[in-house]
Amino acid sequence: MTGLLEIRGARRSFATPEGGRIAALDGVDLDVGANEFVTLLGPSGCGKTTLLRSISGFEALDAGVIRLDGRDIGALPPFRRPVNTVFQSYALFGHMSVARNVGYALEVGGVARAERERAVAEALDKVGLAGFGARRPSQLSGGQRQRVALARAIIGRPRILLLDEPLSALDRNLRQQMQLELKTLQHNLGIAFVFVTHDQEEALTMSDRIVVMRAGRIEQQGSPRDIFRHPRTRFVAEFIGETNLFDVTVDRIEGEVAIGRTAEGLELRLPGAGLTVGRRATAVLRPADFRLAEAGLPVTITRSVYLGQDLNLFAAPAPGGPEIRVTARDAADAPEVGARVHLAYDAAAVHLLEGA
Amino acid sequence: MARRRDRLVLAALLTPVTLFLGVFFLVPLLTIAVFSFLTPGLYGGVEWAFYHWNYGRIFGWADGIMEVFEPVYLRILGRSLSFAAVTVLLCLILCYPVAFWVSRLPERWRLVFLFLITLPFFSSLIVRLYAWLLILKPSGLLNEMLLGIGLIGAPLEILYTPTAVVLGMVYVMIPFMFLPLFAAVDNLDRSLIEASYDLGATRFQTFRKVILPQTLPGIVGGSVIVFIPSVGNFIVPDVLGGAKGLMAGNLVEQQFLSARNWPFGAALSMLIMSVVLIVLVTFVTRLRPKEG
Ligand SMILES: Nc1ncnc2c1ncn2[C@@H]1O[C@H](COP(=O)(O)OP(=O)(O)O)[C@@H](O)[C@H]1O
Ligand SMILES: [Mg+2]
Repeated sequence: MTGLLEIRGARRSFATPEGGRIAALDGVDLDVGANEFVTLLGPSGCGKTTLLRSISGFEALDAGVIRLDGRDIGALPPFRRPVNTVFQSYALFGHMSVARNVGYALEVGGVARAERERAVAEALDKVGLAGFGARRPSQLSGGQRQRVALARAIIGRPRILLLDEPLSALDRNLRQQMQLELKTLQHNLGIAFVFVTHDQEEALTMSDRIVVMRAGRIEQQGSPRDIFRHPRTRFVAEFIGETNLFDVTVDRIEGEVAIGRTAEGLELRLPGAGLTVGRRATAVLRPADFRLAEAGLPVTITRSVYLGQDLNLFAAPAPGGPEIRVTARDAADAPEVGARVHLAYDAAAVHLLEGA
Repeated sequence: MARRRDRLVLAALLTPVTLFLGVFFLVPLLTIAVFSFLTPGLYGGVEWAFYHWNYGRIFGWADGIMEVFEPVYLRILGRSLSFAAVTVLLCLILCYPVAFWVSRLPERWRLVFLFLITLPFFSSLIVRLYAWLLILKPSGLLNEMLLGIGLIGAPLEILYTPTAVVLGMVYVMIPFMFLPLFAAVDNLDRSLIEASYDLGATRFQTFRKVILPQTLPGIVGGSVIVFIPSVGNFIVPDVLGGAKGLMAGNLVEQQFLSARNWPFGAALSMLIMSVVLIVLVTFVTRLRPKEG
């Protein structure tokens, strides 16, 4: 990975109304490669926006360095940073036409009018808004405004494009469409995107790398598959997708497989490597990891939620303990509520949280 | 059905306002307009005969016997307009930065400041102007202070000069400029300013291309609200202006109260009104943000 952006030990705290201080960034190290799509994912208030604003220059760090192409940019004002932002509220200039909004970076940069108009037409074309230049932002739909904001931010060819929850105001269909378009656009432009969201689905579909944040720190980062399949902590496991977590103590080892037992006496087969009898561990099983079968965990179906192609089943384990969520195909032989079935799963696919 | 009822309700709600404005605004206005074309009565009042020399006196046609053309009226009107323009400009320069400062204050201090700016409304204008008289007169507070610290050798002659009039008008008009300006500045979306910086605009470019156009409605509103009463104001020049500070409003006042020439006073009023209207329409249409 060629390091484009390098953040080391970023710290930023704010005074709270109660008189205390809250650490919005509590020692963040982050690298972004050229042409990489990095997503900052985390619950509201975990510091995503603060991190983004410290890259764009609107927030000064209390400590830490930000380097771009190896150059410390911490002291540069926002208008000197080769970084552009798509704001959550779009922040379009209402008194200007769409074309002038899009060409703003070139206008203030002193680019000649003819060249500017050509670039504006090209940028509008890229976001599918060719011919909308003469309109006012107020004459556009939410999705179109979003695209104008995007065109405006990319026209100056920034090294990094920052996007702060840009899709949160759009309806579901439009959001999914924009997710694909953004990904394509990023690929075509060949610039790095740092994308902020609190929506794990969005993060999984778009990112080269997901950075999961929690209370001002980076909890885990990795590829979407890595984050989804191998969460390191309970927080990440629960934040990314639906999860079943089982706190077990290893009861015995049977060859390749270790048998873990929950407090209620439910027995789970785990990958045996590295486990010893008596070890405590937390097993992660996604709803789709289970199959309905003749043998396996004995459960009773308590609820069934119809999702179209799939069913979301809630199953109470026979020995007791929290309900297990299972995704099953909606077929004629799908179990009814009250049915006693068995859940099978592949022991090797069970993921164990570290240091649980 | 429902829409028709809505319309009835609307009409019922609007009727009192319409009646009020009709009676107390339009009727006096029409009276003035009609009077301005009537013959002045010998001892005040009007005689119901058409008479265009009221305007002749101002614009240059007169019979030379009963009515004489005097260019002084136009000159005073011109002076009123320029005084009002200077007042608008000074109010704007004073209030605009302060509006930004106040909009950044914590909520509580903002309220305190807004209360302070409306405080003058709680006391009589005349009393406040006489206070200015005490401050500005040769042996007044200002001169005493300046003399005291040795900045000047002899008392400044400010009172009964155009400076005193403009000073007093700016003082009177500041709240009217500040409130619409503050509303516009306070409504300004901070993220627009950030977007401008983000796209590479310097502070000055951001001000010229984003902040100024975005707050233009407040600037226009404040200027209009200050300009109109400034042109016709006669109390401030009465108290602080002396003979050299006579303004158009004083002319009207004199014609109605001292000279008891109502038609001529009405003609002067109509003139002021139309000139103000023309100036405002030009100003507002010119300042409408041009779009490239
Ligand atoms: N300008 C500010 N003043 C005070 N507190 C702030 C400010 N900006 C952010 N915070 C606090 O810092 C924390 C992180 O905020 P933010 O970065 O906006 O989170 P996120 O974008 O992940 O929702 C929150 O607790 C927030 O209240
Ligand atoms: Mg945020």
